[in-house]
Amino acid sequence: MNDGLTRKKFGRVALNGAGIVVFLFAVFPVYWMVATAFKPNDQIFTTRFNPIPSPPSLDHISRVFTKGVAGHSIWQYLLNSAIVAVVTVVIGAVFALLAATAVARFRFRFRTSFLILLLIVQMVPAEALLISLFTMVKRLGMYDQLIGLVVINVGLTLPFSVWMLRTFVAAVPKELEEASWIDGASRFTTFWRVLFPLVAPGLVATSIFSFITTWNEFAYALTLINDQGKYTMPVALQFFVGQRSTDWGGIMAASTLMTIPVLIFFLLVQRRMVSGLVAGAVKG
Amino acid sequence: MTTHTSTAARGGGDSSAPARRLRQPPRRSSGLPDWVVPYALLLPGLLVIAALLLYPLYQMIDMSFHKVGLAQIKTTNPRPAEFVGFDNYTHIFESDLFWPSLRNTFAFAAVTVALTLLVGTLVGLLLNKLGKKMSTFVIVGIMAAWATPPTAQAIVWKWLFDSDAGVVNWALNLLPDWLSELVFGRSDWSGEPWFNDTLTLYFVLIVAVVWASFPFIAVSVLAGLKSIPSELYEAARVDGSRAFTTFRKITFPLLKPVFSVLMVLSIIWDFKVFTQLYLLAGGTVNREAFNLSLWSYAEAFSSPPKMGLGAAIAVVLTGILLVITFVYVRQIVKTEDVR
Repeated sequence: MNDGLTRKKFGRVALNGAGIVVFLFAVFPVYWMVATAFKPNDQIFTTRFNPIPSPPSLDHISRVFTKGVAGHSIWQYLLNSAIVAVVTVVIGAVFALLAATAVARFRFRFRTSFLILLLIVQMVPAEALLISLFTMVKRLGMYDQLIGLVVINVGLTLPFSVWMLRTFVAAVPKELEEASWIDGASRFTTFWRVLFPLVAPGLVATSIFSFITTWNEFAYALTLINDQGKYTMPVALQFFVGQRSTDWGGIMAASTLMTIPVLIFFLLVQRRMVSGLVAGAVKG
Repeated sequence: MTTHTSTAARGGGDSSAPARRLRQPPRRSSGLPDWVVPYALLLPGLLVIAALLLYPLYQMIDMSFHKVGLAQIKTTNPRPAEFVGFDNYTHIFESDLFWPSLRNTFAFAAVTVALTLLVGTLVGLLLNKLGKKMSTFVIVGIMAAWATPPTAQAIVWKWLFDSDAGVVNWALNLLPDWLSELVFGRSDWSGEPWFNDTLTLYFVLIVAVVWASFPFIAVSVLAGLKSIPSELYEAARVDGSRAFTTFRKITFPLLKPVFSVLMVLSIIWDFKVFTQLYLLAGGTVNREAFNLSLWSYAEAFSSPPKMGLGAAIAVVLTGILLVITFVYVRQIVKTEDVR
């Protein structure tokens, strides 16, 4: 009896211990990024181990804002990233909502073909299309412009957005719309006053997903932008890496700043994101 | 799953229940003919997909049969590309970069997918066993790893494995000399350069990618576990089933659809890894470290640009991925998920 109890207790301790190990493995690199951002240089470039910045210094943080990198303050790159991501999300949300409503609410010819097309284009690696999209953007005169990145990112995020959003549209009971029709509301009114408010939470989740994808996007931002004033954050980061030495304090400060919005969004939508990714992929 | 839309299926038609009211409203205040509506809704999305995914796909294949260089991509008076047949393909298959980059692509994907699924599943099972507070605590922690943007991931791990001031070399130096000698055959790790050798570079890449992608697997597995009715586990316990048997006979079969999706998603993500490799390898200077994505990029965007050759490599990469994921697409279509 007593033995069983201690064994149970031991099991609990072991499980919690494993939980803490997982937590540390996951968090330590992120902690180290933030800690390095707050360390003065003599605590960074050393073979000694300084677990906590003491005293914490704001040098790197203020330096990336005032002096910046590649000739511009980090504000400029954050702003560029935000512009590209927000415009992409707004345009993408409208297109995705229309298409998702079509496939979730109507039966029509080519509906199945369209869904299979969505699945297949999601399998095509974005990096593989880099070369042809580069020549296309160049031909259209959108090379070296943020609008070029917006267009590309709308294309890259749309298939997944439609795929995820259609489950949210399908979850709204059809009877509500029918009631509205019977009351004589027009198609647009029904969509706007009945369907839209109910799909809105799903639309927010999908939009956040597109935002993160666009915010993080590196390969296209690297190849389609040449003007340093138009770099997005992911591309600007690598300019802290010099020929001989790397400005670790600066790059960690910039990385931390870039991670914050994503982390906030993640914590907001984590539950929906998992169900969206998995359910959206497994079930209809 | 099927959503019934016809009135017949919902209790009208041949069933004995009284026929429902017609779906058609009596008066339509405005609008297009019914059959046009879905196509009109679909049109913008379809145009985007056609212009930004299907056409580039076609163009990529077209380019792979042409010689496309600087003269062809300049904005004023571009010269027409010369058709070269399969030259680009023979060139890549005969290139001494082909086998190394193919090997890097496959070996990296195999190891990373396996490790991510293993670690992710174990953590998912652990989260399911932990108490409510502890599991929330761990979930918030792994969220931090998951949320870190790929560029920041690469940079942080590069810093951790830095030769002079990196924490990893410091920690390895802490090991007692005899142990370090026994396991690694050396005791001094000061200044160990992790990014000069392809093998150690890929080791760091694997650690970084597994670190960033196991949280998604863990949380998905946890969501799946929560959906399994607890009666099944009680029955197993009453029957005296051991933990591993319970996993093999109950958990795994019920979560199989979740696992297959997670595996395909991981394969897609890991096969074409670009951002993290580009940053860890320091761009395109280290040719031995190329995988197919990075090789394709290097041919197309370093000077002189060989876009046709790069496109041919991209075609090979896409082909491999589509073959691998074909099975999965067919399975989804078969299980009527798209009906």
